[in-house]
Amino acid sequence: MTMLEFDNVEVYYGKVQALRGLSLHVDEGEIVALLGNNGAGKTTTLSTASALVKVGSGKLTFDGNDISRANPWDVVGAGLIHVPEGRRIFSTLSVLENLQLGGFLVKDRGVVAKRIEHVFALLPLLFERRAQQGGTLSGGEQQMLAIGRGLIAGPKMLMLDEPSMGLAPLIVNQVMDVIREIREEGTTVLLVEQNARAALRVTDRAYVIESGVTTVEGQASDLLNDPRIIDAYLGA
Amino acid sequence: MTQIIWDGLFVGSFYALIALGYSMVYGIIKLLNFAHGDIYMLGAFIGFVMLTSMGGLPGALGIGALLVVLLVSMALTGGAGVLIERFAYRPLRKAPRLAVLITAVGVSFTLQYGVSAIMGSNPRSYPVRLEGDVFDVLGARISLPQVLLMAIAAILMISLNTYIQKTSTGRAMRSISLDMKGSLLMGINVNSVITRTFFIGSALAGAAGVMSGAYYGKIDFMMGFLIGLKAFTAAVIGGIGNIQGAMLGGLVLGLLEAFGASVFGGEWRDVFSFVVLILFLTLRPTGILGERVTERV
Ligand SMILES: Nc1ncnc2c1ncn2[C@@H]1O[C@H](COP(=O)(O)OP(=O)(O)OP(=O)(O)O)[C@@H](O)[C@H]1O
Ligand SMILES: [Mg+2]
Repeated sequence: MTMLEFDNVEVYYGKVQALRGLSLHVDEGEIVALLGNNGAGKTTTLSTASALVKVGSGKLTFDGNDISRANPWDVVGAGLIHVPEGRRIFSTLSVLENLQLGGFLVKDRGVVAKRIEHVFALLPLLFERRAQQGGTLSGGEQQMLAIGRGLIAGPKMLMLDEPSMGLAPLIVNQVMDVIREIREEGTTVLLVEQNARAALRVTDRAYVIESGVTTVEGQASDLLNDPRIIDAYLGA
Repeated sequence: MTQIIWDGLFVGSFYALIALGYSMVYGIIKLLNFAHGDIYMLGAFIGFVMLTSMGGLPGALGIGALLVVLLVSMALTGGAGVLIERFAYRPLRKAPRLAVLITAVGVSFTLQYGVSAIMGSNPRSYPVRLEGDVFDVLGARISLPQVLLMAIAAILMISLNTYIQKTSTGRAMRSISLDMKGSLLMGINVNSVITRTFFIGSALAGAAGVMSGAYYGKIDFMMGFLIGLKAFTAAVIGGIGNIQGAMLGGLVLGLLEAFGASVFGGEWRDVFSFVVLILFLTLRPTGILGERVTERV
């Protein structure tokens, strides 16, 4: 079953067109990478899905419902969670409060508490730092917090925007391991990355986006050996 | 000396109540709501109309009835704040700051001259006047109504603080003031949280209006102007946008004024507070509690 689908979506920032008829789909249980250079439109794609940015034309569906005109809080309520570029940790709120905010729409407090426990089990370093202000965490810790916070909503699908950005290789591997575990627990994942090698190792399938349209699509294992990808995104 | 401190704290708790609304609104949408002082005035007039129509306070239920009037006035001023946000400020949420600021000044005039058109421009005497025993504590003369009003102010402020620190909506208010987009990604309906912020801030100002009418006995349509500026000063002293700062700033301003007036004479009271404002804006614009932020980039 298709979880998220972009059908010929165009997005404008004022007069600047950022998405030019983008189409892609992510199936339930899949983990898909979205690769592309700076300014290609990766962040715009995620922001469009989470309704931070308006759809100009085309259609966007999530879990069978048209969300082209939805509000951001409706998208979160539907179970599509966007872990944004730059993490956006609430700097003066504690780690625990950041996690609690992830469960803002969850009515049952017991459920939120359980999910926080679960995130602490998955990411023990957050438990040690739960009373600390979010802004005082290191970059890697903040990324883990951002992902953990995304999980508290109980997402059907998680969209992660460059979780490896600015992290040391060892930490990147840890982040990728966590993403793999999340997927194994049944959550669908769309992973935006510039670090194509790291991304293709954990994903099933990938798209390459250039100037607001997808240009290449394929199985991750194939793309790892695809000369176009090797030249453009995997380096020598 | 104790008298000066007591008087300062008493006036300061009014400033604090009003400064809270200033600071909450600034914190959440970065708007200096210059109409906020006029909400205080509106509260005083709503209380006036209700008390007048009741023919003053029926003796036995005195305090109880006054509390009911207080709560109803708070609900109505809260509602007025919500309408102002909905129709005057929300359409301008993405507009340049100056446009919103000018709109706030426009709303302020609308409230002042609206009330003046309906209630007349002459000062009115409040139909009740809180009076009571005066007792002597460590050399300060303290009256029962003062104690009552300060207790109400303290209860309101403590409840607000608990609400902001402990509830999920309070947490959302803090997160929106840090990062609106990030808060949207948490599923927070920012419009409804902003509505609540305006309701609470305006209700507190309305409460202060009724309390000041009942204590000082005279109200007029311009009464919100000066106290609005004082509350702004208090908010700046505490660190604008910071809730605990607004409470602290109100009390500090009250104390500074009381001491200033006793040193330089009462006629210098207002000048003194604005000198304090200018000093803070130039020397420490983040206020006393501003920027406890330990941030890492
Ligand atoms: N708020 C904005 N206003 C105007 N133009 C924007 C805005 N946000 C993005 N753009 C433009 O849209 C295009 C796509 O940007 P986007 O942020 O989606 O790229 P990206 O693939 O995420 O890049 P990066 O890898 O650098 O994060 C770029 O040309 C960018 O300049
Ligand atoms: Mg990006």
